[in-house]
Amino acid sequence: MSTLQLLFKNRRAGETVFMTGYKATGGYQALEKALTKMSPEEIRTLVKESGLRGRGGAGFPTGVKWGFFPADAPGPKYLVCNCDEMEPGTYKDGELLAADPHQLVEGMILSAFALQTGVGYIFIRYAYEQQAGYLRKAIEEAKTAGYIGKNIFGSGFDFELYVHGSAGRYILGEETALLNGLEGKRPNPRMKPPFPATRGLFGRPTTVNNVETIANIPHIVSGGALWFRDLALTPGSSGTKLYGLSGHFNVNECFELPVGIPLREIVENYGGGIRGGRKFKACLPGGASTPYLTAAHMDVALDFDSLQKVDSRYGTAGVTAFDDRTCMVAATLNLIQFFARESCGWCSPCRDGLTMMRWLLETIDNGQGTVEHLAMLKDQLENISGNSFCALAEGAMGPVAGLLNHFEQEIVDHIEKGHCPFRK
Amino acid sequence: MAQEEKIDSIGLLDENELAYFVAHANELEHPREMVIDVLRAIQKNHGWVPDEGVELTATILRLEPIEVEEVATFYDKIFRRPVGRYPIHVCDSICCWSNGGQELAEQFKQQLGIEFGQTTEDGLFTLLPSCCLGVCGCAPAVMIHQQHYGPLSREDVGELINRLRREASA
Repeated sequence: MSTLQLLFKNRRAGETVFMTGYKATGGYQALEKALTKMSPEEIRTLVKESGLRGRGGAGFPTGVKWGFFPADAPGPKYLVCNCDEMEPGTYKDGELLAADPHQLVEGMILSAFALQTGVGYIFIRYAYEQQAGYLRKAIEEAKTAGYIGKNIFGSGFDFELYVHGSAGRYILGEETALLNGLEGKRPNPRMKPPFPATRGLFGRPTTVNNVETIANIPHIVSGGALWFRDLALTPGSSGTKLYGLSGHFNVNECFELPVGIPLREIVENYGGGIRGGRKFKACLPGGASTPYLTAAHMDVALDFDSLQKVDSRYGTAGVTAFDDRTCMVAATLNLIQFFARESCGWCSPCRDGLTMMRWLLETIDNGQGTVEHLAMLKDQLENISGNSFCALAEGAMGPVAGLLNHFEQEIVDHIEKGHCPFRK
Repeated sequence: MAQEEKIDSIGLLDENELAYFVAHANELEHPREMVIDVLRAIQKNHGWVPDEGVELTATILRLEPIEVEEVATFYDKIFRRPVGRYPIHVCDSICCWSNGGQELAEQFKQQLGIEFGQTTEDGLFTLLPSCCLGVCGCAPAVMIHQQHYGPLSREDVGELINRLRREASA
């Protein structure tokens, strides 16, 4: 059975759909409906009832986040879209924007109406310059059509939308670091509280949401909360999800599939199995910060709650597969190297702890590790977890925890043999 | 605001760019939000951001140079040192790593005769390691001037380098 395509409904290989194509399949009807027939509060309630959870990795319920927002407070307020998609293995927002940029634009206008924010920013990573260009064009088209600007659909609601570029660095995906970056300051994360809903961009109430999260809003307004919940396969979940496949799959593409699809289906039906007829050994189920799943997890449903039960995370649903020849120590070393390099250096658990972990994993991978190094690795895991200033180091602990949970024997093999058992 | 002295962009920005940034800085409530835009424009014109570029950005946005510098040095895609005409960002994150990214990097090093962080003698290429470029379905990949190339095979490397050499001499 094929999945109903919402986010990828206009997606054609090598094409980008703009206003004409977008409207041809119902684009901007949700916006018209919302601005002419619904109150901001009704939309916020609808989003809450839909069960939509943030698609940027953390999975926080969008309606609850919006519930903290002082929509009725006077003065400037901001809606910021986080398109700093930089977690290795995650490329779904880039695919969405390359196919159908108006979806995000409509979602932004609609969300801004729901939150009563007059200004929106789309913060987009340096490497997505092509997508930034598509967004600028889509915004111009929306302005011409009267969907952005003054008194949209005669509702009295005014909205301006800007695309804001960046210049690299993973930490910008952390919402408070992003706000510093957007303000033109050095993008260290900020202390919370105050949360952005209280004091965010330029000190004003701000909501930061992911691209895919916002792109879902028009569909929820069109289809309703119950319909949206029913799109998912598991109870308590809702909606579809963009799964970006990578690593050792035969097919490394991005698919829109239900939340709650079992891992086996991703691996066998969509990934087309593992390349070269080799065996599936493990995967990162939702980006570089999510603990590994193994062949024992084939029947686990990919959704927020089911993955939490097996000590992993749904994350961004970017699934990176590893075949049976992969050394999981080396894979984890690669991941830790990424996080250590991308640390902003603000707090010591992250700045020093990740560097220490990289050294430990390197030492073990080189065959020079001892049982003391293994003990130190566990010690670092315990002491970094829960002690860093923001979620970067916490996320970096995901693959290390996964390594120790499922592949500790591989570490021991490296130590006992004095070399990597996977390298000839 | 008696600060209407004419700013000399010393060739780092063209007249239109300078006029645009100055006008926006006067109009925006928080001109500082443009710091990356100005730095990127300077880099686009000059290849990298020299000290004078940091000072120019500070002047336009009415900031202290240190406030620009602490931003400029934070980002890995802003160059505060000279680079070649084609900086090649080679992705070394997990998806590229699992698809021969290390071998691809070696191939570039070999064919260009340089290590990471170095520039070829003809000033054309600088080789840089980069974190995930967001094209994980096309691994292994590199990025040159915000354009992605991937998946790249061993043979593609020579072809790509030759094409850029031809483009540079045209």
